[in-house]
Amino acid sequence: MWGIYLEQLLQSLPFFLKGLWMTVAVSGLSLLLGTAVGFLWGIVRASRRRILKALIGAWVDVIRGTPFLVQIFILFFILPEFGVHLEAFPAAVIALSNLAACFICEIVSSGIESVPHGQREAAVSSGLNGYQQLRHVILPQALRVILPPLVGQYVLLIKDSSVVSAIGVMDVTRAGWLTVQRIPQGILVFGLVGLLYFAICYPLIQISGALEKRLGRSSRR
Amino acid sequence: MLETFNFRVILEYLPLYGTCLLATLWLSAAGLAGSLAVGCAACAMRISRFPALHWPAAVYIESIRSTPLLAQLYFLYFGLPSLGVPVSETTVGILALTLNSGAYMAEIIRGGIQSVAPGQIEAAVSSGLSYLQRMRSIVLPQAVGITLPPMLGQAIVLVKDSALLSLISLMELTRAGQILTSERFMPAEGFLTSAALYLSIYYVLKALTVWSRKRLIHLHTG
Repeated sequence: MWGIYLEQLLQSLPFFLKGLWMTVAVSGLSLLLGTAVGFLWGIVRASRRRILKALIGAWVDVIRGTPFLVQIFILFFILPEFGVHLEAFPAAVIALSNLAACFICEIVSSGIESVPHGQREAAVSSGLNGYQQLRHVILPQALRVILPPLVGQYVLLIKDSSVVSAIGVMDVTRAGWLTVQRIPQGILVFGLVGLLYFAICYPLIQISGALEKRLGRSSRR
Repeated sequence: MLETFNFRVILEYLPLYGTCLLATLWLSAAGLAGSLAVGCAACAMRISRFPALHWPAAVYIESIRSTPLLAQLYFLYFGLPSLGVPVSETTVGILALTLNSGAYMAEIIRGGIQSVAPGQIEAAVSSGLSYLQRMRSIVLPQAVGITLPPMLGQAIVLVKDSALLSLISLMELTRAGQILTSERFMPAEGFLTSAALYLSIYYVLKALTVWSRKRLIHLHTG
């Protein structure tokens, strides 16, 4: 009995791999966008610009305080009421990038704050301008603290990307959900889905752990 | 935006939001209690020297951490019936939250135990305390204080994760938004109200986290 189902499941393996590709595409794009925006916000948050800091802080709280599923429903169902029609894929990338940016912003700003104050003073008295201070003095040191949790954050991002299946993005989770209607063996179908996620996330978790050990200081919350 | 926002509908659906808020709180609390129990057991097994205890716990923790909650939820939701185990949606939902959060709890507890300075354990060993005595009187009292803030952080994650239970049609806050969308075609009112309620739970838990961090500093310095 299980043999037949297993065979059917193996036949739909290309379908799952297509889903895996979609998962990688959504989370990869969001990873790039989220990292760029997150670094920018994090640098502003560690700076002395009061109003901008407060705005970013409030936004980060709103995003961290609400479920991602609700965020994506808001983006997907409410924007059309204002005449902005988004396909599922761009909506997923925007929501996921924003989520990533909010978490990365926190990681970056606490990384920058971990650099001893004397370093910045020394950079100022060496005559470096704001950008040079950041580029040559602060960020290279902050990166030691930022890197391990950043890789850990990418794992969370890939896992959170499963939620975009709820608005119809054809990722691995969605592929499993559609397949289980046809092959009624939840253990087999979602076992395969889990295995595919595991294949991506487990190595990343190991890398994050190794980085944490190598760069010394643990900075997990 | 605000002139089209229909507050009357929200008032009309207020009882629904009340029930759903309670449901979210109840589901998260059940998941939290369950995950504390599972987390303690999994952590005790993981730090054990016996391979028969160590490996199952390690496999459980790593496979939960490497897969999304939604996949785990569907695994149980579609998987248990296909094994011939009849379970209600509520049971599946709480079970998924418990198993998922339990793995993270186990790691938090392990971090707390390992953060106790090795010198303390050496001192306890040379005072002739047994393993259980060491754990009970030296390690655990210190570990509890250290693990409190990250456990509250995990509680925040749990509340947000419980939103996924709406996808197996459990009644909770996110489901209330979906109901307003399908019955009245008002997704803005529906989901923004849900989001506001989640946010209020978040701020309470965040305040508790800040408080526990401050208390922890007092404990260590005072």
